[in-house]
Amino acid sequence: MRKILFAFFALLAVVGLSAQEFTIVNGTEPASLDPHAVEGVPEHRIYLALFEGLTINDPKTNRALPAVAEGWSFSKDYKTCTFKLRKGTTWSDGVEITADTVVKSWLRKMDPKNAFQYADLPAMYIAGAQEYLDGKAGPENVKIRAVDKYTFEVQLVGPIPFFADMVSHYAFAIVPIHAIEKYGADWVKPGKIVSNGPFVLSEWKPQEKIVVVKNNKYWDAKNVALKKIIFIANDDINVGYNLYKTGASDWTNTVPSELMDEVKLRKDFHVAPQYGTYYYIFNVTRKPLDDARVRKALAMSINKNDLVNKVTRGGQIPADGFVPPSSGYTPAKGYGFDPTAARKLLAEAGYPDGKGFPTLTILYNTNTNHKRIAEFIQAQWKENLGITVNLLNQEWGTYLDTRSQSHNFDIARAGWIGDYLDPSTFLDMWVTGGTQNDGLYSNKTYDELLAKSRLTSGAERYQLMMDAEKVLIDQDMAILPIYYYVTQNLIDMNKWDGWYPNPLDIHPWKFIRPKK
Amino acid sequence: MARYFIRRVLSLIPTLFIVITLSFFLIRIAPGGPFARERDVPEAILQNLMKRYHMDEPLFKQYLRYMKDIIRWDFGPSYRYRDLTVNEIIDRGLPVSMSLGVISLTLAAVGGIAVGIISALKQNRWQDYVAVSVAVIGISVPLFVMGPVLQLVFGMKLKILPIGQWISTNGIKAVILPAVTLSFPYFAYIARLSRASILEVLRSDYIRTARAKGLKESVVVWKHVLKGALLPVVTYLGPAFSGIVVGSIVIESVFLVPGIGRPFVQSALNRDYTLIMAEVVVYSVILIIANLVVDVIYGLLDPRISYK
Repeated sequence: MRKILFAFFALLAVVGLSAQEFTIVNGTEPASLDPHAVEGVPEHRIYLALFEGLTINDPKTNRALPAVAEGWSFSKDYKTCTFKLRKGTTWSDGVEITADTVVKSWLRKMDPKNAFQYADLPAMYIAGAQEYLDGKAGPENVKIRAVDKYTFEVQLVGPIPFFADMVSHYAFAIVPIHAIEKYGADWVKPGKIVSNGPFVLSEWKPQEKIVVVKNNKYWDAKNVALKKIIFIANDDINVGYNLYKTGASDWTNTVPSELMDEVKLRKDFHVAPQYGTYYYIFNVTRKPLDDARVRKALAMSINKNDLVNKVTRGGQIPADGFVPPSSGYTPAKGYGFDPTAARKLLAEAGYPDGKGFPTLTILYNTNTNHKRIAEFIQAQWKENLGITVNLLNQEWGTYLDTRSQSHNFDIARAGWIGDYLDPSTFLDMWVTGGTQNDGLYSNKTYDELLAKSRLTSGAERYQLMMDAEKVLIDQDMAILPIYYYVTQNLIDMNKWDGWYPNPLDIHPWKFIRPKK
Repeated sequence: MARYFIRRVLSLIPTLFIVITLSFFLIRIAPGGPFARERDVPEAILQNLMKRYHMDEPLFKQYLRYMKDIIRWDFGPSYRYRDLTVNEIIDRGLPVSMSLGVISLTLAAVGGIAVGIISALKQNRWQDYVAVSVAVIGISVPLFVMGPVLQLVFGMKLKILPIGQWISTNGIKAVILPAVTLSFPYFAYIARLSRASILEVLRSDYIRTARAKGLKESVVVWKHVLKGALLPVVTYLGPAFSGIVVGSIVIESVFLVPGIGRPFVQSALNRDYTLIMAEVVVYSVILIIANLVVDVIYGLLDPRISYK
């Protein structure tokens, strides 16, 4: 009897233990584990396990939650933000994290010598930082400082009420300066790496997997339920899905679009609005796309409802405006499907029934989904406007070069997912000369509205941004919004708790726990 | 023989030199670059990145620098994987790809020759028809179809083999599906090749003589037929080996094998110049050596061939 009981408890222990182990099909091999070198989604998920910034994202709303900072406050004009650091938070080796660590970390990120991608994100918002990043001033020019051991103060370039939300982004990561000084570039290797998140690195097999285990020195360790997370490196979407189906993985967002009809019926498939837009860029310097009437006609002759229901089929939301809706922000109305009005506009522009309309080309990066969408739009324009367009696919690197370096395209497919929950991440793209302004759009009113919005806060700021989007879409139709992205995740909520669909698709690990 | 061998090894050097030079410049012609992103990298950061990787220097100077490094077998830093050098990536992946390749080639050779013998000796009987049909399927179905089909059958339906990942996760079972998939077309080709060449040898004069001497059939087959009939198979093993190692690029992605094939594909997409170069060099060396080894074995098997 005793033996049987023992076996029973041993089994219970094993079952209990395995439920605290979590495996995720994480996508392609991470480019780096160094939080300052991070820039992709797979890297971000690993970052969320190993590191923690001043704030983290709320798992439901993505708004800031206290992390290394236990609280923060803004000056009246929203131009200064002061973070109160939690006393006694340490790195996994026991070294304490102080306001000075934060200062040195942010300076490391923006140090021009380090040439980190995304260093321009903090530099865009912190006073004096852009000059430092451009090599025109020293680090003393950057307006961040340790007021005392546990108080960290940032002066901003203008009123930025969402700054606390933003510092959860990995571009604002806090890194173990003491370990970096000791080991140099090798500090991220297993055995050397020191981190401050809910987990620490235990194993790293490149192109295979990364294993992290619970960090007992984490300030909130008592609320971390998982003991171990395994990140599988995978670059084949079908294998990722099959691994999940066979139970070799607990969570994946790799869903093959060919199987969407099957996947949609699964109870563990979660679709939710994402803070991102799929759109086409018009090269507004080319004829006839320099005519807003033509651009509007093109936009009004696509039945986007049919597109999402018959082509993409994954629950995407048709978009007439560019910025995804969020609380307090209503996107521009844009132009819905209206082929009659579209034909009229095209005729006004000098192309009645599409006669004399030059053959334009849609450029997209090689991918089945983009191809299907382009084919649908090609057919719609033929049917509704009587015009012919060609399709051209290019491999990613070549496509990027055509799109953003040579600008040698008529219409190009693009997509953008916000880095943080603020409309500015979408609207800043289209200012004259902006780095992402690949269609070379330029409108003085638009630029001025956005410039003004940077000096205000609250409802007034949102109004200015909404006005700007009206110029961009309702007046100029400078880009063609197609649909709002949705997050697509496979995770069994009968088995796991603390995971919620959210607009940025960011899921902090400390909240995920086995269901009781 | 030894002199021949040394001469062949030395001839590696000019071949590699040409391969490296051509690839170096061809890769740079491709549009885009390692730092191209959807969200453009700000000019200041881009300048520093270029400096960091010496991309601000004239192309020819970069080439000389690269040549100097590669003589010391130093492939430089990866543009994409910031925490690893290219040498580290190759050092970790190569043993995996090589073992997968060797296992697959062994499977293909042993299985192919066995099936070839059976179908030649039982010519035009059911054993022969089955073998020929399997060979036709093996040659015509591409790896990227064969892999997922085997995954579906053995991994998803029967659930007896893992559908992906390597030994550290699934143990030795992890090797079976990728190795079988990878070996299949070569197995099929070797089976056909050995069947045809055995049939040819069986009709030759010296076999008739051997039989006329009253030798037992098994001695005739094992001692006389096979030795002559296997020469074409051996010749094929060289290209087969390089084919298998290169073919493993597809298999590695489909079965999540941590070899050098997956980084090769990624490096091309990411314009990870140093990693692409290293992969090209490593694959070239494998190819050249495989051919050399075959030539040597050929000489050992066939007394008519001698190397001077």
